[in-house]
Amino acid sequence: MTQVSLEALAATVPDGALLALPPDNSLPSVALAKALVRRGAKGLRLLGVPVSGFATDLLIGAGCVAEVQTSAVSLGEAGFAPRFSAALKAGAITVRDATCPAIHTMLQAAEKGVPFMPLRGVIGSDIIAHRLDWRVVQNPLSDRPDPILLLPALHPDVAAIHAVMADEAGNVWVGRRRECATLAHASRKLLVTVERVVPGNMLEDERLAPGAISATYVEAFAVAERGAHPVALLDEYGFDAAYVAGYARAARTEEGFRAWVEEHVFGRAARVAAE
Amino acid sequence: MSAPDTQVQPEERLAAALARLILDPSAPPVRHIAVGAASPIPAAACWLVAKSGHPVRLSLLHKRSGNPFTEGSRELFDLTGQGRIDLFFLGGGQIDGQANINLIGTGEWPGQGVRFPGSFGSAFMYLMTPRTILFREEHSPRVLVEKVDNVSAPGVSPPEVFRRGTAQALVTGRCVFLFAPDRARFTLESVHPGESSESIREQTGFGFDAPEVVPATPDPTPEELALLRGPVCEEMLETYPEFCARVFGRKAAA
Repeated sequence: MTQVSLEALAATVPDGALLALPPDNSLPSVALAKALVRRGAKGLRLLGVPVSGFATDLLIGAGCVAEVQTSAVSLGEAGFAPRFSAALKAGAITVRDATCPAIHTMLQAAEKGVPFMPLRGVIGSDIIAHRLDWRVVQNPLSDRPDPILLLPALHPDVAAIHAVMADEAGNVWVGRRRECATLAHASRKLLVTVERVVPGNMLEDERLAPGAISATYVEAFAVAERGAHPVALLDEYGFDAAYVAGYARAARTEEGFRAWVEEHVFGRAARVAAE
Repeated sequence: MSAPDTQVQPEERLAAALARLILDPSAPPVRHIAVGAASPIPAAACWLVAKSGHPVRLSLLHKRSGNPFTEGSRELFDLTGQGRIDLFFLGGGQIDGQANINLIGTGEWPGQGVRFPGSFGSAFMYLMTPRTILFREEHSPRVLVEKVDNVSAPGVSPPEVFRRGTAQALVTGRCVFLFAPDRARFTLESVHPGESSESIREQTGFGFDAPEVVPATPDPTPEELALLRGPVCEEMLETYPEFCARVFGRKAAA
């Protein structure tokens, strides 16, 4: 665990990495996604945990992405994700569809260090036919016909989240968003942006420890104030619906998207937001 | 606050129709309902059930405060796997006559025609919940199709596949259909004002059964209307301010 700058954090994500991102209700690091656009990352394979939102659409639009594995891509109230839809249609990205609990289960298998885990349901969905890495087998513990889906363990190369705070020991706090802890356990490397660094060690505080991810799992973190914006951060700040709606309008066209990125990722608005 | 129009709003009628389906005594009992994102009418129906004095636990997944879960977004699926969620609502970019739903998109996989957002948890929830109510306000031949282009979640399953339940009903902006899993077929249950058996046939891409005389979907009772415009609206104001303003004529306090 080391504290670095936001741009240095982005530099540790290799081109082509399998990069796991939580969706817009679960602590995505939009700040890191913007830094990856500035760094000109290429060929990223994004994993939605278990779905994808604003940061994913931004990275796709900026040409950073080769593949998306997810259960859905959406801007919520602002509608369909425009750059995702355009890239899918143009054949610029590969889309590997999943279903939410399957992604959780694949990460839980990785967390436990087992090669696969079963999941009920899903049989009869066309998703399975398009997932050559998923298998339907007979339940080996049953005497009756009982087909069940097996899912392989999934180890992201990098997971990126935005937490409320880091402490002096390098633990980070995500509150009740415990899927971020599973993601941390399953991933080879966890990169975290935080609002602030606080003194002490959260693992020594009974009230904070259950919402913390131990520094054991944290590769590096950077301070990025309002680093989830425009997404909400627990009870720290709310969702900026107007900002996302503005993005959705601009990103309907390639030109509109480029102008938006120029202003909000590279330009004056980005610098002001970072200050 | 402007006084609500005494005229019944279509959304209020839909919420009351959903509430009646939730309380249907012939269906498996409901103790715990989960309601997904962007679902103000199903949420209103659930609150109407709760405010009518029925002891039901509601887990609203996109409440802005008071997230019902402590284990992250996987807890909904774990709860459902454990059999602790009794009823869930699903929609679909396409829904067909066998109650298959498509949230992937039209045309070749993965939605080369019009891409929808994706399947979310539907492929799991539809099989693992004892009861699903399908809800989609748009009722047109492009949504209600003979056969979906891609199956996110199947309407029925072979007997050897573990499945707790199927669709109970499909509620749209025009009518209520009930679903018979043994025949994998919908039956027209009631039509909303301005609709008839014939108009529903015209707007529906799949075949369905219908009685000779199709009843009208009942209006909410005065008691139901009072609950919807009072305590139900109060509960919904924080999460669905625009819906409450439009339907109940109520503005959130500044």
